[in-house]
Amino acid sequence: MANIQEKIAKLYPEAVVEQADTLTITIDDARWHNLAQTLRDDFSMDYLVTIVGMDWKESLGCIYYLMSSKTNEIIAVKVSTTDRERPMLHSVADLWRVACLYEREVYDFFGIIFIGNPDMRRLFLNIDWKGYPLRKDYDEDPALNPVSIENERQSDLTDTWVEENGKVVKKEVQVFAPEDFVVNIGPQHPATHGVLRFRTAVDGEEIKKIDVYMGYIHRGVEKLCESLTYPQTLHYMDRLDYFSAHNYHHGLCLLFERAAGIEISRRAQVIRVMMDELSRIASHCLFIGTYCMDLGATTMLFYTLRVREQILDIMEKTCGARMTFNYDCIGGVMQDLAPDFVQDVKALLAVLPENIKEYNKIFTGNVIARKRMEGVGVLTREDAISYAVTGPSGRASGWACDMRKLKPYSIYSELDFNEVTATEGDSMARFKVRLLEIEESAKILAQLVDNIPEGEYCVKVPKVLKIPAGQYFEIVEGCRGAFALYLESDGTTKPYRLKIAPPCLTLAGVVDHITRGTKIADLITIGGSLDYIVPDMDR
Amino acid sequence: MEVTTKSMPYEAWKDNEYIEKLVNELKESGTNVIVGQLDKLINWGRSNSLWPLTFATSCCGIEFVSLGAARFDMARFGWEVARASPRQADFMMVAGTIVNRMVPVFRRLYDQLAEPKYVIACGSCAISGGPFRKSYHVAKGIEDIVPVDVFVPGCPPRPEAMIYGIMQLSRKVKVEKFFGGVNRQEKQQEFLESHPVSGVND
Repeated sequence: MANIQEKIAKLYPEAVVEQADTLTITIDDARWHNLAQTLRDDFSMDYLVTIVGMDWKESLGCIYYLMSSKTNEIIAVKVSTTDRERPMLHSVADLWRVACLYEREVYDFFGIIFIGNPDMRRLFLNIDWKGYPLRKDYDEDPALNPVSIENERQSDLTDTWVEENGKVVKKEVQVFAPEDFVVNIGPQHPATHGVLRFRTAVDGEEIKKIDVYMGYIHRGVEKLCESLTYPQTLHYMDRLDYFSAHNYHHGLCLLFERAAGIEISRRAQVIRVMMDELSRIASHCLFIGTYCMDLGATTMLFYTLRVREQILDIMEKTCGARMTFNYDCIGGVMQDLAPDFVQDVKALLAVLPENIKEYNKIFTGNVIARKRMEGVGVLTREDAISYAVTGPSGRASGWACDMRKLKPYSIYSELDFNEVTATEGDSMARFKVRLLEIEESAKILAQLVDNIPEGEYCVKVPKVLKIPAGQYFEIVEGCRGAFALYLESDGTTKPYRLKIAPPCLTLAGVVDHITRGTKIADLITIGGSLDYIVPDMDR
Repeated sequence: MEVTTKSMPYEAWKDNEYIEKLVNELKESGTNVIVGQLDKLINWGRSNSLWPLTFATSCCGIEFVSLGAARFDMARFGWEVARASPRQADFMMVAGTIVNRMVPVFRRLYDQLAEPKYVIACGSCAISGGPFRKSYHVAKGIEDIVPVDVFVPGCPPRPEAMIYGIMQLSRKVKVEKFFGGVNRQEKQQEFLESHPVSGVND
């Protein structure tokens, strides 16, 4: 880290480098693109975790969180502009492919225009939406943006802003070529796993381009969090990716606890990790079921849901709910484990191996399944990193991106488990990685089930929790990939800004890239194998 | 007349006043015996094969999947034929939040359902906006968009609650009048006239 700090200071003397929660570089917009290039090429900062849009009242800006796939170091870069009327920053969409999507999100929420981004449209909100919701001076009057049953205005044009002779000019570009034949898939379609819409340009059976159209379940969680106290914000974590409810809760609790300086008991840590791994098994089971159903094997759903129901029973006994558990809280967990938790987990571990054997017997070796999955939707390692495709989908492309290994949190560093990776990068690999991850999660559970220490399950925390002013960043492994959180606190009881960077947004962002040139029937295979959850990407 | 379904004892239902009101309305309207018997026959058939539309936006949808699987097994009741096309479905279970961008699509799906059609608002988001009520991009309940027949509270409702909700719907179907105007559908027409969508004539 010190190494980077020195080198950056030498190369960019005007940049301010400070070591806070994360190593943060503040730089002028004019030099930002150069710095980005240096960071990517010389310091192998090839994974753009997220772009946090910020409104600091006197200025608007972005914080770029970068991670190196080689050294696992994380650094943050702050870029800002004082122009509130027409804020502009330089795009880095040419360096990281995923930046195009992230910048659209920032544009949607803050109205910051990125010079050089090829596709500067709104991402979640309608074209005619008035105002930028995450700005602090946003007018929330429902009369400005009423709920309307009239169809929203659609456009086939997108803007791009380019620099010509020192001036920034706006150009209109068509999303699809004039001769393209565009088929609409979704938002109401059983194979899109929720309300997601693909505008698909096809040439016969072949896909030429997909425009992923999101926002059909954009609920504005980030803005809502700004009006709630810290413990209240936790409740939304259940409703983003509802399969990773425990994992997301865990992530946000870690962030708050670290920021507020709260130490939790070992018992609570073990309980949290066990719940995380139970959710991972349940989530992957449901993935296998729904994925096979997408491919036409409806029966598999009943086999996999059998295990899921067993896990839900375990959770229900302890947490009191089948979904949206709201179990992890600041300081530990909400209530102690149910008396027969250990016994139930052991019963689950006993039946799991034969169930996995059964899945393999029914589906994995099936000739139709193999023909439909093998070699379909190949994603290379470089593209996986550039598109920030994390989680099992990234690992299937050979990118070891498991945050439990890279940035071990809680007690993960003490546990013995393998990071499952594959090299093929096709749909079959993504399917198999998840199957194997169930076994690894079972391994973790087996290590912990007899070693749950005694102690308090929740430490005392102040009734009114205040977090010292500052910036905090946390990244954990959800069931579908890296889940990053950014908190900017102004010292009050409510977050000034809570940015949620979910894994599913990038999973949807890569669909266009993987599906080009494949058959339209393969879109179902590929989309299913990426396993995105729409409320998670839209928030 | 005690209206019940799936051999559930009449006393076990939680809200019989409502159904009794419907029965009284039916009685007051007066029907001749033959037409009344035909009505009964049609309603019996309809109430036992309600086909849902595969429609889910968020968490509640996953409980709906559980409902279809072996443990809760909605096939016992004749509801397992989930249709992907609204033209083939009888009712839609609105499982999840409806946001501004989804509203026109959701309304169009409703318009595409073939008559007779029913709506179940499932979960607190569909009922009122739920935990997202204060958001800038969430519809505060679906009642302003389509007429709703049954509300199933919960966040998300348990599959058992969903079963109870659909059973309530099939009870409502049983007291409909098919020949010469339908109780519920007269109200539906009023609703649709007061909430028009341009470009949709029917």
